Amino acid sequence: MGRRIINRHPARGSALVLGVLPFLALAVLYVTFSSLRLAENPDDKLLPALSSIGDAIHRMAFEPDQRSGRYLLWADTAASLTRLAWGLGIATLMALVTGIAVGLVPYVRAWLAPLIGVISLVPPMAILPILFIVFGLDDLSKVVLIVIGIAPFLIRDMSMRVMEMPNELLIKAQALGASTWQIVVRIILPQMLPRLIDSVRLSLGPAWLFLIAAEGIAATEGLGYRIFLVRRYLAMDVILPYVAWITLIAFLMDWGLRRLSRRIFPWISRGMA
Amino acid sequence: MSLLIDNVWKEYGDQIVLERLNMEIPTGEFCAVVGPSGCGKTTFLRMLLGMEKPTRGAMLLDGKPLPDEPGPDRGIVFQRYSVYPHLTVLDNVMLPLEFERSRFFGRFFGAERRRAIGDARSCIASVGLEHAMDKYPSELSGGMQQRLAIAQTLVRRPKILLLDEPFGALDPGTKSQMHDLLLKLWQEEGMTVFMITHDLHEGFKLATRVLSFDKTRRDPQAPGAYGATVIYDLPLDDKAERKPIVEKWKRRTLETQAGMVH
Ligand SMILES: Nc1ncnc2c1ncn2[C@@H]1O[C@H](COP(=O)(O)OP(=O)(O)O)[C@@H](O)[C@H]1O
Ligand SMILES: [Mg+2]
Repeated sequence: MGRRIINRHPARGSALVLGVLPFLALAVLYVTFSSLRLAENPDDKLLPALSSIGDAIHRMAFEPDQRSGRYLLWADTAASLTRLAWGLGIATLMALVTGIAVGLVPYVRAWLAPLIGVISLVPPMAILPILFIVFGLDDLSKVVLIVIGIAPFLIRDMSMRVMEMPNELLIKAQALGASTWQIVVRIILPQMLPRLIDSVRLSLGPAWLFLIAAEGIAATEGLGYRIFLVRRYLAMDVILPYVAWITLIAFLMDWGLRRLSRRIFPWISRGMA
Repeated sequence: MSLLIDNVWKEYGDQIVLERLNMEIPTGEFCAVVGPSGCGKTTFLRMLLGMEKPTRGAMLLDGKPLPDEPGPDRGIVFQRYSVYPHLTVLDNVMLPLEFERSRFFGRFFGAERRRAIGDARSCIASVGLEHAMDKYPSELSGGMQQRLAIAQTLVRRPKILLLDEPFGALDPGTKSQMHDLLLKLWQEEGMTVFMITHDLHEGFKLATRVLSFDKTRRDPQAPGAYGATVIYDLPLDDKAERKPIVEKWKRRTLETQAGMVH
């Protein structure tokens, strides 16, 4: 009998190979089925050949659109990222302010926690029509949807983490002469910011979901809008690279936030090894 | 010049945790608090710190009621979570000074910071951590963390120092070093100390007075019906350190009484 499988670790190289393998398998599967279908019917649109995907990327990214004269991929990306940044930024700020207040101040908790608890159970997509009616079909309603979609989670997460802090650290600060405000800026904020970054990372998925859903329903540009638009022509050669592009952006955002957290909060990883 | 505990009780609902606490502790006394686990030693410390209110009785420091929330006149060192993980050794010790002198930012900048580093450095040196100024707590051993906690607590010179099993997790060698350090700081600062310990030997070694908590009455049907109280209040008068403390206290008491006659 060998060692238990939970005790056996792949070496660096084999871990890399293991990780890449599923991607390769997917690519091979795609190419195989795509060429099989195209051999049967050269006009098949479901699984376009890599060359037609390449053409579509070139057309969307490097040739101006015939009607608007804009480079659509970049225009869509800029529109979507602007909305996402506003939504995430506002939700994060709300989480920071409200979450800390609810977690730290018993009166604020008694006042706001029930409301936040109820709001967090409202399905955001169900109120999207209301948002379109109230805030119009422009960017504002999309930003509001993202905020409503992720802020309750972020606020509740933040307030729970503040409440989970060892009480000793707060008592100790008072015994060292700190006012409530000084406790917030010197103890709570520095300890909570890395956790906030972590929960923002977890919210990236839902934020994209709400963005693309709102863009798909009513917009004039944006990554989600484009995907839903070209779906009418079964333009898989555009949809697939757009999906890959969104995934890449989301991955980079996640990775960037993780790097940022490591960089500005060295005390988390120091001495842990 | 004393801490007066006058018939203090602490109850949580039906459960009586502490009852009939009466003692007068002269300023500068080093009290070791001993007793079985769960008998209310930490609760007693929490009342002294102002985290909990007695349900009956009064606690007077130099004749005035103890404030009902923690403040810089009473320092505390816990067994765990006693320093801030996000601050270096230097910043941990500087923090109380920043709380005192920078009301809004709670932080020093520029020349003010450089000046405060001097104060903090001598305090850090007094606990022997000057070689670790820029380390984070997670990079320190348990003994070093507790030394840091003591330095941080003492930098604002509290009148009362409260220690809740501060050395419980340390190995014997480190523990004995910590004893020497604590005694030295206590002699220098002249503050009143309450130290909870499980180690009777430690209590008698350090303290000038040992307070032993336990229940005197028990009801097997209702464990919460009676609380613990001080069953032995032992002044260690054979210790030379105790004599000046008591004499000073007596002198001050007489002076105050004389003052009241005038
Ligand atoms: N906040 C609280 N609410 C209810 N009971 C408490 C609370 N804090 C302490 N107690 C009770 O008080 C008793 C004494 O606790 P504690 O002071 O921590 O004991 P010790 O420090 O001597 O081990 C325990 O029985 C504990 O259950
Ligand atoms: Mg205890």
